[in-house]
Amino acid sequence: MTEAHKFVDIRHAQKAYGDLEVLKDISLTVDRGEIVAIIGPSGSGKSTLLRAINDLDSLTGGEVWLDGVQINKNLPYRQYEKHINAMRQQVGMVFQHFNLFPHLSVRDNVTMAPKLLKGLSDKEADKLAEEQLNHVGMLERIDYYPSQLSGGQKQRVAIARALAMQPKLMLFDEATSALDPELVEEVNLVMKRLAEEHMTMIIVTHEMDFAASVCDRVIFMDKGVVVEQGPPSVVFQNPTEERTKEFLRKHLAQHHAQNAAEAAALTAAQTNEGAK
Amino acid sequence: MDIELILKVYPYFLEAAVVTIELSVLTVLLGLICGALAAAARMSRFRLLRIIGAVYVSVFRGTPALIQLFLLYFGGPQIGIQLDAFEAGVIGLGLNIGAYMAETMRGAIVSVDGGQTEAARTLGLSRAQAFRKVTLPQAMRLMIRPLGVNINAQIKGTALVAAISVVELTYTAQRYIGSTYKPFEMFFLAGVLYIIIITVTGKGITYLDRKARLP
Amino acid sequence: MGLDFTVVPAYLDTILIGVLWTIAITVCAAILSFFGGILLAVIALYAPWFLRLPVRFFAWLFMGTPLLLQLFLIYFGLVQLGIDLPAFVAGVIGLGLHFAVYNSELIQTAILAVDKGQMEAARTLGCSRSQALRKVVIPQAVRDVIPPIGNNMIALLKDSALVSVIGVSELTLSSQLAIGRTYRPFEFYAVAAVFYYIVNLGMEAVMRRIERKTSLSR
Repeated sequence: MTEAHKFVDIRHAQKAYGDLEVLKDISLTVDRGEIVAIIGPSGSGKSTLLRAINDLDSLTGGEVWLDGVQINKNLPYRQYEKHINAMRQQVGMVFQHFNLFPHLSVRDNVTMAPKLLKGLSDKEADKLAEEQLNHVGMLERIDYYPSQLSGGQKQRVAIARALAMQPKLMLFDEATSALDPELVEEVNLVMKRLAEEHMTMIIVTHEMDFAASVCDRVIFMDKGVVVEQGPPSVVFQNPTEERTKEFLRKHLAQHHAQNAAEAAALTAAQTNEGAK
Repeated sequence: MDIELILKVYPYFLEAAVVTIELSVLTVLLGLICGALAAAARMSRFRLLRIIGAVYVSVFRGTPALIQLFLLYFGGPQIGIQLDAFEAGVIGLGLNIGAYMAETMRGAIVSVDGGQTEAARTLGLSRAQAFRKVTLPQAMRLMIRPLGVNINAQIKGTALVAAISVVELTYTAQRYIGSTYKPFEMFFLAGVLYIIIITVTGKGITYLDRKARLP
Repeated sequence: MGLDFTVVPAYLDTILIGVLWTIAITVCAAILSFFGGILLAVIALYAPWFLRLPVRFFAWLFMGTPLLLQLFLIYFGLVQLGIDLPAFVAGVIGLGLHFAVYNSELIQTAILAVDKGQMEAARTLGCSRSQALRKVVIPQAVRDVIPPIGNNMIALLKDSALVSVIGVSELTLSSQLAIGRTYRPFEFYAVAAVFYYIVNLGMEAVMRRIERKTSLSR
């Protein structure tokens, strides 16, 4: 090999459910320390691509490589299991619906995998949990259960849980989409902090402002292909592709409508207050 | 109502109630074991095991428990299975309730959100580890109540062994109805004892369910 | 002693007649339990106390005791009261009442779950309370509980085997008759199991159809 390998290397990724092609021959690379946002309309295949990176959704064609090792190797069941579990330990993932373990305390959510997979002692694991929770500002809730937390707090714990495995790469699958608007910011802050620490991140998101302020590169996907990619300033301000422009226009209009509705609701509430 | 008669015969009913309790405990234990095995088989990644599990559940749920009991007790000797009535009752009814419990357990397991397994697998846990550490603890909490319904049904279900002459509550009531011609009194006496057993068990289930509940 | 299924064909007609009786008793008891269930539910919820309390007590007693015990009570109790009913009728009453109580529990929950607004809407149209119940609330509640009632009816089919002990010559008792002549319990109980299984499959198919039909009319 003459060329140094790319950190994340997706080669000709294809995914089809029967006749429905969700990913059509996508090739992408991500450098170490790079922060990439994937945007696009729902059904564009962006989540499927993200989930293919740690093989939660298996590709029907193509390869995914991480740091010189192929993730989606074709192996006999047992060997594949061993291989994929080792790979996944290096890839953290954060879900839209948090997926915290409701039967475990915040502490145990964070320590379970390190204890089980890395053989950490209770003491070491506790120290790790405290560090990671402190990092996301959730240390004081260490002995709470997930049901006792707000959505934003849950998501911060979920990030701490993923970080506790010391991953090389973090995947965010619409991490703030299920949150009430006022809780989005606290999660965004944690992600920004990670970005400043040069964690390699691939972020599927609807939040253009966040993508613009945090990411090195924005990838616009539609109908299973990468339509356009580049620095946020280019993709957001001067997109070259018609589809990108249309998507951004629609998105902006929606965003405005939502803001207007919220403002109207606020005014109405204030008027009500005044009337009393 | 003939109180005097009730006072005279109730010790026999109490003795019979003990047998009913023994039958209930043993059939439920056997049912839990069979149910867990069958549920595991039905969710196995091996086709053969899935088929065996499905056939067991379908056959035992698709035919009357009474027939299963008769087949085992009266038909068993023909294929070399010699059991006394009590043993046949425990094994026959245990296998029967096991099929129902298997469905209860499987239902609880599949109703745990799939995102839970995904999250565990993403952290690098194996299929078995994710099941043991994440899915099962949640499913166990979910299955306490529906298993309680199965157990409640099984306590009443033990009455079937009266048909193969095991001297438990229903058999005793039937015998005394025959000899005293006082069906209401005997029904009342046996009924009260059944209801006590069921109520106490129900309280136990509720207690367990509450203890296992998450904050 | 081994197995010998060649003795079965000679008794096939006896068994098949038993199958017909099993179907007959299941259908009759199912109908009784369905309408009985509605009646009991309405009484338990809306009747004056002197009706409501005995019905609730009766329901509590029936839900806490085995069907077999109830069958003995009804069969021998009727005899003691001097009422001489054919075994089939006693069996239908026993099975029907037992499942009516279970159906009634389901229907009660469903009635209470039907939106209060439905009752109010009917009342504002000028319906009386009982008209509103009859025409608006109960039809909706019953439709909602058709799937679980279907499950009860499938349980009823299997529990119908119990009426053999009070002398109804359905499938189980017919098999026992054949066994009495041939001393071949395994063969005939196995055959009975197969027939029960087939009828059970048929019944499940019927229930699925009814469920589909009623869920379409929403």
